[in-house]
Amino acid sequence: MTAPESEVGGAALRLRGVTVRYQGRPAVDGVDLDVAGGELIVLLGPSGSGKSTLMRTINRLVIPDSGTIEVDGRDAAAEPPEVLRRGIGYAIQAVGLFPHMSVARNVAIVPELLGWDQSRVEARVDELLKLVRLEPARYRERFPRELSGGEQQRVGVARALAAKPRLLLMDEPFGAVDAIVRAELQDETLRIHRLLGTTILFVTHDVDEALRLADRIVVLRDGRVEQVDSPLRVLAKPATAYVAALLDSKDAIRRLQLLTARSALASTGATHDATVPGGDLPTVGPDATLREVLSVLLEGAPRAIVADNGRDLGSLAFDDVRAALARTER
Amino acid sequence: MDYLLQHPATVGWRLLQHLELVAGALAIACAIALPLGVLVARKRRLGGAILTGLNVLYTIPSLALFALLIPLLGIGTKTALVALVLYAQMVLVRNVAVGLRGVSPALVDAARGLGMSPTQTFWRVEVPQALPVIIGGVRLASIALISLATLASWIDAGGLGALVLYGLQHDDPSRAVAGALAAALLAITADIALRRLQQRWE
Repeated sequence: MTAPESEVGGAALRLRGVTVRYQGRPAVDGVDLDVAGGELIVLLGPSGSGKSTLMRTINRLVIPDSGTIEVDGRDAAAEPPEVLRRGIGYAIQAVGLFPHMSVARNVAIVPELLGWDQSRVEARVDELLKLVRLEPARYRERFPRELSGGEQQRVGVARALAAKPRLLLMDEPFGAVDAIVRAELQDETLRIHRLLGTTILFVTHDVDEALRLADRIVVLRDGRVEQVDSPLRVLAKPATAYVAALLDSKDAIRRLQLLTARSALASTGATHDATVPGGDLPTVGPDATLREVLSVLLEGAPRAIVADNGRDLGSLAFDDVRAALARTER
Repeated sequence: MDYLLQHPATVGWRLLQHLELVAGALAIACAIALPLGVLVARKRRLGGAILTGLNVLYTIPSLALFALLIPLLGIGTKTALVALVLYAQMVLVRNVAVGLRGVSPALVDAARGLGMSPTQTFWRVEVPQALPVIIGGVRLASIALISLATLASWIDAGGLGALVLYGLQHDDPSRAVAGALAAALLAITADIALRRLQQRWE
């Protein structure tokens, strides 16, 4: 894994009273939103909730009827839209790759629009293909139709990141791939987000995708913000009946999936009880979710040992899992 | 066949004249049809009116069109050129419009979202995507023009039609056949060449 050419960090976003009307009807209705640099924000809602339209106001593919948008403290309307967009990454479903251009030319689009010299562009293309784990020598000269859906999506992400944007917009980017590839791409997104620190706005209607990716979720309904909170808070403390229904937040298993064994240990203060014979107890890693711990416990063991590379951190019993779940409701 | 073998230079000269007329007309026709096609693709109502007008033009018999143009432009190559350009518009404009309308909106959205200007989006994404259909139009137009251009000799614009016309008027079927044969070969060659080009782009 080569390091990126430079750390670029993420842009802060500030939306105030953003409203978009289509034929008089508001598609986005008075949205206020503050995003800190480097956050991964998921806009979640069913089709027609305005999530995509809201995202498109940020790179001015949709011009809001009223309201202001600041990217990194600068009014998005102040510069020509093309200039603004070249500084913001944009990834959509795989169909957005240009079929008449090779992988390398697709990835090179924004650097070339920005007038980078050719050697720098080519070096950047190789760097990006490595970043999304596509071997440059094998993939550079291929055309989009010769790639699998997952590979096309990786190229789409590489293209969006090409000019080192501080903000990346992703509009249902993984909508067209199957569940296994989708999970893989979600992991990649998280890895790249951690590595580059880019602010990411991610639009999806898939609740599990939102819970998996988001630092904070923005739940939208009919163009209005219903709730902005961490995945756990949105699940445990839905602000409205609509949010509760959309996320099916009564589902405790879903919440357990967002809690790790490490966090449960920290809050119960449970330490390994030396009197419990550890020999035949099952072991889980510290990053195992409580759903996985529960699954182990349901197999019949009284406790599960939490160990990090052989180092014993403590153990969790059924009551600890239940207590961790209860704490999310406080 | 006899005439073709005995006077290759004359046939060759007429063929070149023919080619010049067709290629010139085609080039001018494309330059006009591209902006018109864009207009038809983007403005629904104006586009409908343009296509209707071109349709009417297309229904005028070709010899009649030559005749209609003579009072305005006289006889000769210029008149033939104008007639051929007008005839090609229908096929060219329609194919440009169909090609552009067929470009996936997602591609245009991606291009705009990445920061291409409308002009860059048009030349770098829309035109390349529409090109197979546009080349298809050029292919059909070139075949039609090669055949129509044989009539240009009626208004003294030369070309392979001159051989046919002279042959018919002077009871020299061999000369007429030579002209017809050369025109047919030219049309077939153009068809094959442009078909190849079209396939390469697809």
